[in-house]
Amino acid sequence: MTLAPKHQRLVLVLLAVAALIGAVMLAMWGLSDRAAYFRTPQDVAAGRAEVGVPLRLGGMVEKGSIQRMPDGVSVAFVLTDGVGQVPVRFTGIVPDLFKENSGAIAEGQLGRDGTFVADNILAKHDERYMPPQMGNQAAELMTRETAK
Amino acid sequence: MIAEAGLAALWLAFSLALLQFGLAVASNRLGDLKTLVAPVAVAQGVLTLLSFALLIWLFLRTDTSVQLVAANSHSAKPFIYRFSGAWGNHEGSMLLWVTVLSAAGALLALVERRLPERSLRATLGAQALLALGFFGFLLIASNPFTRLDPAPLQGQGLNPLLQDPGLAFHPPTLYLGYVGLSVAFSLAVGALVTREVGPAMARAMRPWVLGAWVLLTIGIVAGSYWAYYELGWGGWWFWDPVENASLMPWLAATALLHSINVLAARGSLRAWTVMLAVVAFSMSMIGTFLVRSGILTSVHSFAVDPTRGSFILGLLIFYTGGALLLFALRIASVREGARFEIVSREGALVANNLILSVILGTVFVGTLYPVAVEAVSGEKISVGPPYFNATTGPLVLILAAVLFIGPLLRWRRDSRPNLRRIAGPVVVTILAFALTFIDPEMNLLPRLGLAFAAGLAAASFLPLAGRDLRRTPLTIWGMVISHLGIAVAMTGAAADASLTRETLAAARIGEVLTVGPWKVRFNGVDPVAGPNWTAIEGHLVATRGSTAIRLDPQSRYFSSPPTETNEAAITTRLDGQLYTVIGKRQGDRWQLRLWWKPMVTFIWLGGALIALGGLLALIGRLRRERGRPLPLAEART
Repeated sequence: MTLAPKHQRLVLVLLAVAALIGAVMLAMWGLSDRAAYFRTPQDVAAGRAEVGVPLRLGGMVEKGSIQRMPDGVSVAFVLTDGVGQVPVRFTGIVPDLFKENSGAIAEGQLGRDGTFVADNILAKHDERYMPPQMGNQAAELMTRETAK
Repeated sequence: MIAEAGLAALWLAFSLALLQFGLAVASNRLGDLKTLVAPVAVAQGVLTLLSFALLIWLFLRTDTSVQLVAANSHSAKPFIYRFSGAWGNHEGSMLLWVTVLSAAGALLALVERRLPERSLRATLGAQALLALGFFGFLLIASNPFTRLDPAPLQGQGLNPLLQDPGLAFHPPTLYLGYVGLSVAFSLAVGALVTREVGPAMARAMRPWVLGAWVLLTIGIVAGSYWAYYELGWGGWWFWDPVENASLMPWLAATALLHSINVLAARGSLRAWTVMLAVVAFSMSMIGTFLVRSGILTSVHSFAVDPTRGSFILGLLIFYTGGALLLFALRIASVREGARFEIVSREGALVANNLILSVILGTVFVGTLYPVAVEAVSGEKISVGPPYFNATTGPLVLILAAVLFIGPLLRWRRDSRPNLRRIAGPVVVTILAFALTFIDPEMNLLPRLGLAFAAGLAAASFLPLAGRDLRRTPLTIWGMVISHLGIAVAMTGAAADASLTRETLAAARIGEVLTVGPWKVRFNGVDPVAGPNWTAIEGHLVATRGSTAIRLDPQSRYFSSPPTETNEAAITTRLDGQLYTVIGKRQGDRWQLRLWWKPMVTFIWLGGALIALGGLLALIGRLRRERGRPLPLAEART
């Protein structure tokens, strides 16, 4: 079928609008159950973190908390934001910039026993980089550490 | 004095951009003076280049009396990293951005001969207005030439992760791509202002979009490979906001590239093409905003600086909003394009554009959703791979299906498309799908990915069928190779998602580990030293059948600034890569991570083919259109 020019433009506009709406609906569907929520140890302490769903947990690695497991490839540590403390377990090679008193984000799930089982650890990529969500906490924490 | 000269050149260039904009706006009342617009654009470009060259010189000399050099360089660094250090930081990279923007404007003024003069002047005016904003950003919020008093004896060094030859040239490549799209934006604005939206605009725009698209492709592919081998994570796409920031302009530019062809060849899709040109550069600016503002949690963010973020956001709103307003005001006066039927080359290209737009939309929503949620509810969330894979995966499959048939259709109408021609690729797809059941563990999406990729690889050659290969235009070769590249990259991605085997262990010296078809023996470690690092190097010997390969992954330590990095040792075979990383010491054992990744190299091989196809098309276009002015009647439409 050949459409009149006006109608052809109309069809194209409608298609474009439909594509846009489609994109947004698809995105909303995807976000409804796949957006990984960012939580802080404080949230976990206050019970504001769901058990058994994908989450990102961000905080500072507590001083003296890093423990290597006997299998040689697992590590346990505590993420803190000065208020809450969450034990984290991870199997794998931790990123190079993962260390005590430094920011890290664990991706994984919170278990019923309160331990966070991470399947990925993100440490800062640039020595000046700090996740914005943690910028304030870290600054406070460091001031407190210095004050001690 | 070098720093002062650089700053002066920058201010001069800023003034010339102001002059260029003024001349372009008033050109109708200026008489002969209007011919000055192009020379001013060239002078502005030269001055900005000079300013950037002076910054590089400061870095090469490690002049620590300049704050930026002191903060980002060190005289003990290898030459190439003192050189690339000039743009491995916020201020320097923004100066690079402005330099490319100005140089692109200058080049446009020098070479463009096919546009009506009025349109060219309006385009250069738009380009000057773009440059003004970014000059302002540099001079007010990010001056790269600020002095430091007293000057420290030594600089702080460059982040070791950035000390990699690939990374040294990764940002400039991406920036050339980002900013190349600024010319498409300015051409669209110029055409709207002078009401000259038509094939002439499309032909002037096409080489810029092709060039920008090729560079973006190379930048993205190189960045992906860099992340893969340098970070030691064994992954190649993380859906990090900064990666998305380069993907979004690429998607828009890909759509634009296809709609430009319709406009240049057939005169159709005028409003849509102009819109895409505006969107593509806006995506470049959004990318810059995301990277520079630090508003998103990204592993790449440079600095958390609200002032800079809001400055770029202001520029983004001004330029995108202004262009969209102009679009809304002028679009009614854009002439109708030629008609076409739904089943036609045009129809297929519209479908391609719509799918690419939907992919762009979902990536855009996913990337900016956390910002919106935090602004509205204060809740901090982040969107990751589960979302992006689930939404874009199926869309890429649909896109691949459109790619089967699109290139085979004729322009305008194809009432009886020759369906027999696609029978072959369809059979290949079905056979490949059946073959994937050799591995019963595989998920549906990788299965379909492998099947569609096989079919698309076969289909991509069909446009060559029945042609004299030596007389086939380069542009056709470009399309065939790019589409084949999509199939190859899809194969790699699907293989990586479904066939990778991993072994993670703490091994004693002499221990033998197994990964996929390989036996890997751990022969011990040695300390080694480089120019500015020391490392522990693991010695592995991997055997499969009669082949034995040595692999020496390193765990490096840099003292300035104190940082550790992993150097993965990778061996490339015809059927895949063996990827090894050495981790921390645990008593008498060492952490080893081994991956066998079948066909993983196809990801980057495909990316390289996509870029090569674009390059061939660009050469073909430039050759064909050189010195061939448009007939006057066509130039006026």
